[in-house]
Amino acid sequence: MQLRYFASLREQLACSEETLNSNAETIEALLNELAQRGDLWTSLLRDNARLQIAVNQAIARRNTTIKCDDEIAFFPPVTGG
Amino acid sequence: MHNTPPIRILVQEADFDVNAELKRLSQQNSNIGAIVSFVGLVRDMNNQQNINSMTLEHYPGMTEKSLQDIANQACRRWPLQGVTIIHRIGLLQPTEQIVLVLTASAHRHAAFSSADFLMDYLKSLAPFWKKEATAEGSHWVDARESDQLALARWVTP
Repeated sequence: MQLRYFASLREQLACSEETLNSNAETIEALLNELAQRGDLWTSLLRDNARLQIAVNQAIARRNTTIKCDDEIAFFPPVTGG
Repeated sequence: MHNTPPIRILVQEADFDVNAELKRLSQQNSNIGAIVSFVGLVRDMNNQQNINSMTLEHYPGMTEKSLQDIANQACRRWPLQGVTIIHRIGLLQPTEQIVLVLTASAHRHAAFSSADFLMDYLKSLAPFWKKEATAEGSHWVDARESDQLALARWVTP
C-alpha cells in the first residue's frame, strides 16, 4: 500500500510518502504496525486522538478496512479557507 | 430534483480575478438573479503574532475531489445555477486572496446560505494546511473548534 503524510506529520516523521508491504486489514491494524517503529510513530499516529485518515482520497476512520493496493493518508486537522 | 448546475473548481498557485469569475458565472445562464461572493484574505496578524507570510499545503487529488463533493452537496440542498470555488496554494503574503466562493441562484437566500455552507464545509473537510511564518519562526496553524461548531449548524437532526 501507498502511505502519504501531510503538513506537521510529514515534517515530524520526515516522510512524505512510502510504499509498505503490509497485511493489515484495517487502519487500526496498520497503525499498530507503524507503532512498532518507535515512540515518534506511536505518539504521532496510533496514540494521536486528532489524527485524520483518508483511504483512496476519501475520509476514513480507524475501523475502515483496507487492501494492499490502497492509498492511505495521515494528516492533522485541516486549516484551509 | 433539478439537474446539477455548472461547478467550477480550481486549486492553483496563481491569484484569481473576482470580477472575471463573477462575469463568467453570470453569463452562463440568464435565470441567475443573485450571485454571492466570498473572498478569504491573508491577515497580517493571528493570535497576537505578526505574520510575515503563509504557506498553504494540500493533498493533490483529494483536495479537488473534496471540493467537488462539497459543491455537489450544496447543489442538492439549494436551487443553485452555478458554483465556483477557487483555492490558492503555495506561498502567500498578507492581504493576498486565498479563497473564492461564488454561488449563483434565481434569488438571494439560496445564494447567501449556500456560500456560508460551502465555506463551513471547506474549512473543516478540504485537505489544506496553513503554515505561518513570523519573526520568531514558522508554525502550523491549529484547527479551530469554532470551525467544527460552524459545521454542526448544517447537520439536520
